Amino acid sequence: MSAIRLEGVSKRFGELEVLREIDLEVGEHEVVCLIGASGSGKSTLLRCVNLLEEVDAGRVYLRGQEITAPGVDRDAVRRRIGIVFQSFNLFPHMTVLRNVTLGPTRVLGIPRARAEEEARALLERFGLADKATQYPERLSGGQQQRVAIVRAVAMRPEALLLDEVTSALDPELVGEILDVIRELAAGGMTMLIATHEMGFAREIASRVCFLHEGAILEQGPPAAIFGAPREERTQQFLQRIVSSGRL
Amino acid sequence: MSPVPAPDPLDDPFGRTGRRSRILAGTWRREGARGVAVALVSTVVVCVVLGILIVNAPGWPRVREFFFNWGELEDSMPQIAEKFLVNVEAFAIAEAVVLVLGLGIAILRSLPGPVFFPIRALAILWVDVFRGMPTILVIALLVFGVPALEFEGVPIDPLFWGIVAIVLVYSAYVAEVYRAGIESVHPSQDAAARSLGLSRLGSLRHVVVPQAVRRVVPPLLNDFIGLQKDTALLGVGGAVEAFRQAQIDQAAAYNMTPFVALALVFIAITIPLTRFTDWLVARERGRRQATGLL
Repeated sequence: MSAIRLEGVSKRFGELEVLREIDLEVGEHEVVCLIGASGSGKSTLLRCVNLLEEVDAGRVYLRGQEITAPGVDRDAVRRRIGIVFQSFNLFPHMTVLRNVTLGPTRVLGIPRARAEEEARALLERFGLADKATQYPERLSGGQQQRVAIVRAVAMRPEALLLDEVTSALDPELVGEILDVIRELAAGGMTMLIATHEMGFAREIASRVCFLHEGAILEQGPPAAIFGAPREERTQQFLQRIVSSGRL
Repeated sequence: MSPVPAPDPLDDPFGRTGRRSRILAGTWRREGARGVAVALVSTVVVCVVLGILIVNAPGWPRVREFFFNWGELEDSMPQIAEKFLVNVEAFAIAEAVVLVLGLGIAILRSLPGPVFFPIRALAILWVDVFRGMPTILVIALLVFGVPALEFEGVPIDPLFWGIVAIVLVYSAYVAEVYRAGIESVHPSQDAAARSLGLSRLGSLRHVVVPQAVRRVVPPLLNDFIGLQKDTALLGVGGAVEAFRQAQIDQAAAYNMTPFVALALVFIAITIPLTRFTDWLVARERGRRQATGLL
């Protein structure tokens, strides 16, 4: 049974067709990368998986349960899937520790003392132990994004969605975030990652999907996608990436 | 502040950061001092001229007798100050209720989706009706209207219904202030909260409203200054508060000085709140500049 499965998912914003008949599977402990130009639908696809957007057609399954079915408790689904955003979206009025413990205490009902203990352990693991009492505005972009990842991981999600989590960072801060993701992958976290970091996708992904105008044009192991892409669009996209020096 | 070491001229051969900025600062300070002096002198001159003009006006002796009568001030001040406690009580109660009620209306109005349409419509109606009427009219309608219904057990105290009227009017204003605050919180904050599994209300409670309230404290206090002054309208409905007391004194002595006395009391209580609001606004701006949000 796959962790996440999409069947014929379509989504439109008014006249604009953002996703067209997406079929996609992410197995347990698998890391799948979504690549493609800006506006190709990567972010919307992720937002449809954790139901921040309602799909117009098609179905999404989480461990075999259809979560897009009417009557399914959306909040209950979201607490099982974590998402990390491009612009961090930390809560500016809360300390780092409170950012991380809000979900576990308020949603999972874990007692505050235990939630804080677990949060401190996680912060420690990702090199943020000394930041627990700070407010987000005092942190660098890289540190903020690491806190955002810890916040999502603290919910012990069944799958983690990463939405271009390095795109808003200065180049020298990208590495620390990629290290965190590597560690999560090594720990067996199921991940669906939208990214512009082609080298990273090639290294970490078990499968890469190329999105073009809301459809998955091509998918396969990274060696095949990056080494011998079959589709002309994929070749053009990768050619542009190579010529801009990003691969 | 820690002492700043003098910059080495070799580090900054064009003197952009060190000398020149110090010179600029010095010039600015000198010009600033001159500006303040000019403003001060001209203000004093204008005030003195105005004062001389007024004192030499043909009607001045009568005006002084009727408005600035020291004896009348001394006589009326104790009673007015005592009755002003009624105003203080009224605005303290009203502000506490308005703070909660306004937030409630704002939250109801921000509930999305067709399911909540009737509730939203009700909240909008509330704001439209009570913000659309002069406060004095709402007071008159409630103070004279509700007791006339002769319901069993419903209070007929004009002070009670006057305070209710002020609460209705100001909760409508304050609800709009809160709503502006709620809408100013970026939707990505709500998305982040919902993605943790928080419900719509949970997101509002823990993430959106706390940020919104912080942002609207200054305009909120501004509305409260207005509310405090409007407690003078309670006297219109027949409640004996400071303004009504001043009217009684004025009629008894046939002298306007009690009104001047009351004006002094109101100013004394609103100026600290005004300064406090200014200070909060300045602090908020300073903080935003410090974090590069402006």
